[in-house]
This record gives sequence, C-alpha cells and structure tokens, in this order.
Amino acid sequence: MIGTQKNVVRLDELDMGFAEAVAKAGGENISLCIQCGTCSASCPVGTRTALRTRQIIRRVQLGFRDEVLSNKSLWLCTTCSTCTHRCPKDVNPMEILLSVRSLLVEEGQVPRTIMDALEGVYKYGNPWGISRSKRSEWAKDLRVKYVSEGEKVELLYFVGCAPSYDPRTQEVARALVMNLNALGIDFSILGDRESCCGNEIYSLGERGLFEILVKDNLSLFDQYGVSRIITTSPHCFNAFKNRYGIKHLAVQHYTQYLADLIDKEKLKFSKKVEKVVTFQDPCFLGKHNNVYDEPRKIIENIPGVKFLELSMSGGRSVCCEGGGGRMWVDVPGERAAENRVREAVNIGAEILTVACPFCLLTFDDAVKTTGNEGQIQVMDINELVAGAISPRID
Amino acid sequence: MVKAGLIIGGGIAGIQSALDLADQGFKVYLVEKNLSIGGKMAQLDKTFPTLDCAACIMTPKMVEAGRHLNIQLFTYSEIQDIKKDGNIFKVKIIRKPRYVDETRCTGCGVCAQHCPIEVPNEFDEGLGVRKAIYVPFPQAVPLLYTIDKDSCIDCGLCEKLCQAEAIDRQQQPNEVEVEVGAIVVSTGFELFDVRKKEEYGYGIYPNVITGLTLERLLSASGPTGGHVVRPSDGKIPQRVAFVQCVGSRDEKSGNLYCSRVCCMYATKEAILLKEHVPDVDVTIFYMDVRAYGKGFEEFYQRAKQEFGIKYVRGRVAEIVEDPNTQNLFIRAENTETGEILEHEVDMAVLSAGLVSPRDDNFEKILPIPVSDDGFFATLNPKSDPVTTKMEGVFVAGVAESPKDIPDAVIQASAAAMKASSFLKEW
Repeated sequence: MIGTQKNVVRLDELDMGFAEAVAKAGGENISLCIQCGTCSASCPVGTRTALRTRQIIRRVQLGFRDEVLSNKSLWLCTTCSTCTHRCPKDVNPMEILLSVRSLLVEEGQVPRTIMDALEGVYKYGNPWGISRSKRSEWAKDLRVKYVSEGEKVELLYFVGCAPSYDPRTQEVARALVMNLNALGIDFSILGDRESCCGNEIYSLGERGLFEILVKDNLSLFDQYGVSRIITTSPHCFNAFKNRYGIKHLAVQHYTQYLADLIDKEKLKFSKKVEKVVTFQDPCFLGKHNNVYDEPRKIIENIPGVKFLELSMSGGRSVCCEGGGGRMWVDVPGERAAENRVREAVNIGAEILTVACPFCLLTFDDAVKTTGNEGQIQVMDINELVAGAISPRID
Repeated sequence: MVKAGLIIGGGIAGIQSALDLADQGFKVYLVEKNLSIGGKMAQLDKTFPTLDCAACIMTPKMVEAGRHLNIQLFTYSEIQDIKKDGNIFKVKIIRKPRYVDETRCTGCGVCAQHCPIEVPNEFDEGLGVRKAIYVPFPQAVPLLYTIDKDSCIDCGLCEKLCQAEAIDRQQQPNEVEVEVGAIVVSTGFELFDVRKKEEYGYGIYPNVITGLTLERLLSASGPTGGHVVRPSDGKIPQRVAFVQCVGSRDEKSGNLYCSRVCCMYATKEAILLKEHVPDVDVTIFYMDVRAYGKGFEEFYQRAKQEFGIKYVRGRVAEIVEDPNTQNLFIRAENTETGEILEHEVDMAVLSAGLVSPRDDNFEKILPIPVSDDGFFATLNPKSDPVTTKMEGVFVAGVAESPKDIPDAVIQASAAAMKASSFLKEW
C-alpha cells in the first residue's frame, strides 16, 4: 500500500524539530545552503577522513536526527573555519557542526578523551585536570605582578592553559613576560585564579560549562578592574573578542600588541637573528579574525631575518589540526602539521615560527615524526623576539 | 527637441541601438572609450549555442555603424559632462589624442611593422605583444593607428615612414559639444577580478587562466594563432578543468547574482577545446548548469554526448600547484557521490563572472540609479526593462544586467525603440 514501504522516506516523518534545534543553537543560515560542496572540499580533515560537512548539513536540513547524531566524524572538526571562510552563502558550516556537538553533549554522547578534558576544566580550570595551585609555577622565578585587591590592572596578560601547564609552551609564557619586562610594561597576571578561557569548551559543545567560565572570568576581570587584555593564544583572543559577547574589554593577541609597539617605535631590536624564517598563520588569528600583517611585521622587523612565505599562507594557511578538541581526538595517518613541516624544510627555512600554543605543540611533534630534528626549529614569535629585543634603558 | 541620440558604449548593444536609431532617421553619436567599437564580443572566438564566429557576425554591424550616414563615431573618447537644458542634453565629449591624424591615416600599418617597441597586448589579455603604435585588432572600426605615449620612445621612425604624413606627435585632446534628445547607456561590463579568490591562485600559478584568456588562445587571430598552449611552458594541455561561479553567486566576492552566461561559455569553450585538441580531457566543476535559452539545453547535451565533456557537481574549494610540473590540483567534493577529488590538470580555466565597470566619474556625470547588483536599474524589471528613472535616458546590454549576445541585441533594439518614441514625442 502506498506510503507504507520500509525503505521509502516520508517527509512528514522527518524530525524538523531537530533541524530547528540546530538552527537555534547557532546554525541560523542553514536554510541558505545550496549544497555546493565548498565546505567538504576545503576541510583539512575531510580529505583524509569520512567528515563530509556538506552532507551533515543536508542531513540536518532534512531532519535525519539519529543518523547525524551517530556520526562519529563530528568530533574530527578542528574549527579552522576554512569552510566558513569560503562558503558562498554565508551558511557558517563550522557553527552548524558546533551546534550539533552541543546537542550531542546534551545527550551525554561524547568521546571519553573529550569527556576527561571537559571534566578537567570543570574541576580544575584546565583540560589536563592538573591542580590549580600549579597554574603559575612557570612564573615563580620571574619578575611578575599578580592581580591584587584594590589595585587597578593596567594590562592583564591572560596566559591560557597550555602556556601555564605544558612544559614546552611554558617557555613561551616566560619569553612573553621577559619581553614585557624588557620593555618596562606594567602588566599583571591572574596567577592561580586564572581559569580556561573556554574557547575549546564552546567548540566541543559544552555550552553550559562555557557559560560558567564566562561568568567566572568576567567577574574576575570586574573584581580587579581589568579593561585591557593580551593573550598568548589566538584561541583565548577569539573567545574574549567574539564569544564572550562583551564590548568594554579591549582584547588583543600579543602579536597585535607588539606590532603596535613597533609602530609607536617602543619595540626595537638590537641583536641580529641571521636565520631563514617562515610563519604559520594560526587559524584563530588569520581566518577567524583577519589578523595577518601583525605577526609578519614583528618578524620582518628583526634584523638579519630572511623571511619566506609558505606556499599556502595567509587566508590559505593549512590548519595544524590542534584546535576544536583535536588535542584530545586523534586521527590515524599523517597530521597536516607534518606536511607543513616538510614544506618549511623544503623551502629552506631554519625556523618555523608560530603564534599559537597548539601550532607549537603539533609542529614540535611533527618535526620529530618526520625525522627533521636538527633540520628545523619551531619557535613562537615571543621566543624569536626575546632573542633580539633591545631592552628599554631607563 | 533635438532629433538626435547619444549612445554611450560601443559594444554589441551600443552598436545595435545606434543602427536602429540611425535607420529611423535620427542623428546618432556613438561614444566609445576604447580605440575601436566592438567591446568584449570582439574578443570572443565563437559564440554559443550556434558556434558562430563572433567577428563574422559582428564586423558587418561594426562596419555599418562606421559608414552609416547618420552615425558619428567618437572612439577613444569619453563623456566629460552632460547638462540638461529643458529637453536637450548638452554633452561634452573629450576625444583623446591618437597622435595620428585621422583624416590622413589609411590604416596601411607600415608604422607598426617598423616600430621597435613591443608591449603586452591588452586585446589578447596580456598574452602576445603589440607595438607602441598599433590598432587594437585587425577588424577595428575605425581602422586608425594610435600611438601609446606611455610606451613610445619617440624614435620618430613611424613619422619618417608614414607616406600619408599622418603622424602628429603634438596632437592635443579635443573637446566637442553635441546636443541630443535621448541617451542610451550601453557601457557593458568588466570581468570579475579573479585575483580576489586567492584560493584559486590566479596571478601566482601561471596555468590558471580566465575564460576570456582562453578565448584569445582559441582564436585563429589570437596570440598563438589558435594553438591552445599553456602559459608556463607552451605545452598543449591534455587535461583541463573549468571552474564555475568565480565571483558569482558568492557572498564572499560581494556578488550574489548569477552572471547568466558562464555555464554556456564554459560549455562552448570546452567544445572548442576538444575541436582544437581532440584527445583533451575536460571537466567542468559546477554548482548548477544553467542552460535556459533557445538551443542551450541541446548544446549542453551535445557537449556531453558528442564531445565527451565531463561535468562534476562540486564547487572548487581550492587550486594547488605542483611546483615541479606546474600542474594544478583541483580540490572539490563530488557532491553526488560524496568523494573528495584532487583532480590533476595541466591548465585550469576560471569562469569569471560579469561585474559592472567601476567608474565613479561616470556616476557623477549621469547619476542613473543602480540596483543592488551594481548594474543600472530600470523603471520596472518586468514591464519596462530599458527605461531608467532619468528622463530620456535608456539602458541596454550588460550595463543593465548580465546577459548573452541575443538578449543584449534584443534589449538594444528595445532601447532604441523607446528612445525613438521619446524623441518623436516632442
């Protein structure tokens, strides 16, 4: 009898409530999608996995709730936003994937490794679940001011979780502090009071925990009279600038801050760095926030540096695959970072500079796994600056 | 009322309007900023869906416009000012100096033969060369030589050799004032600047070209005599990809509209490519195939069946060059199968969209309302698609919105009809 066949889909049986829920959770432009496939083909992960962003969007539009929610490849997205950057209809495919993740989190359907990271942030303010009391150990023998009651904060250096706890990235935080001290800048850090900014928490779909982090961080900023913030990580920069929904805070990534100082002739370099240097545009500076020139301004101002661009740089930069929760979700096979390292070596670069802790960690790893130790060094721009900076003489 | 009309822009639409008005007995001034009338159509090899040679169908009209007793051509000229005095448009036209006396030049070409300076040829989209004294293309109307002062080294050889004594290196711009009762604007289009789509690598990867450049490569009168060779090494490409919707239907480019002709011009160019290189493998990467016009669907079927052109439904996300071979990898999702393709080709052709020519000056002189798509607006897109809000001003061709040659000709005749009614009213 017509209308009762098993393999035939009846449009009136599709779950349009699901489509609406996704649209409400951030995918408002989902109806504009014309299924051109730009998103799927732009995805750095799609080329080597089953992640097909376009197809997920279509299934959401059609209300195939169960099929979409059981798609494991949803957790592979790195939030590089190349899809959103290129979508001809401004559908914002990345945001749709994150909306679906939020529905998965509501149902408790989250991979184990991600669950651990979320719990760590909830209990200890960082995804590794390391004690709060160890958060500012990296700074213990440095000249650093901690926020204190009654004293207005001139400039807050928001360190971030990776630079606080990861040994390699701690060196970046140290370098940034040394640079700020060399320039005589008045800044403070939150110390053990600092909690995760929540950018990856939002990306993982844990909106509830994200709201808690926003509330806690904003009241901290309020408490200490914070109005200006610089961050180590472009992810934290993105969270404060775009996700927190606040306008009264002036937020900059450290590269913007240092580039400003160069413009004002307050940051000068006295030592030469005679190296061939290239740069990886972080997704959260470049594609997400249109910041491309500032990191280059800093690098190219350092005397002795010969700067070379990677073939796909700027808006075409290839994600290191560290963001969007990918620090806690592995995909077998070669990470994009390995290809990037090989390319950097091929063009003759001696230093591959980065401006993001995730890039730093994935590239450091990739240098080892591609057998390029000794061939090329991965350095954060702060470390490059620290080696060349001209200290302010009072 | 003056029984005369001004046509601004001498492409196919402007020429058609000029002929139609002139045939009715009106005096027509046809102003064209380039050296010759003909516009973009003159650069095309063949036209869809008939594969008629563009020059063959256009040159008779060009010549007719050039010799029509009622048409006065102002080429290499621009409108400086238009003032309305009652019903009369007082138009100031600036005629740029050719440094060649047009009353003496016979178009013999001896000057260009001996000119020592070669520069990239604009008509051939920068491929091939022309001399500092030149005609833009052999069928130019008027057939007059012009000195490009920016490239000329003043060696004086042309002056020595010209038997007609036509060289006038001291020539000055010349201002002319005319009075007309009606104006038809047919200023055409520019191609979308494909460098803005950085992910396609145009301008960085030599073997990424635009459809208009391919027209020149396909043309027997083009820079390679009709031999399709790729820019990096002059080899004949064996695998070619067409990338559709470049700068059209795209929020990121700022052009939301469909450019209407690219599906068909890519199909046409693909077929011509197969005629030139029978073993070539051609794939067109599209979002939709818009084959709406008379003979279009049949043409599309021919392309697939007779010529083996492949069509893949997937918008190209990125083009990546292999630095060793300078071949290109086209990255797209085949949306019909869900496969991500990295299709290697020798040459990639970007089907660039049509955009309104940027000219802030012109907008000050003739402030015709413009639609959201950047092209001129008319009183009503349905019931009056040629009359603008400015009294006595009409629009025809792509100046009003992207369209193909048949539609441009139709609209041009319509605009001429409206203009002539307007002129007869008074």
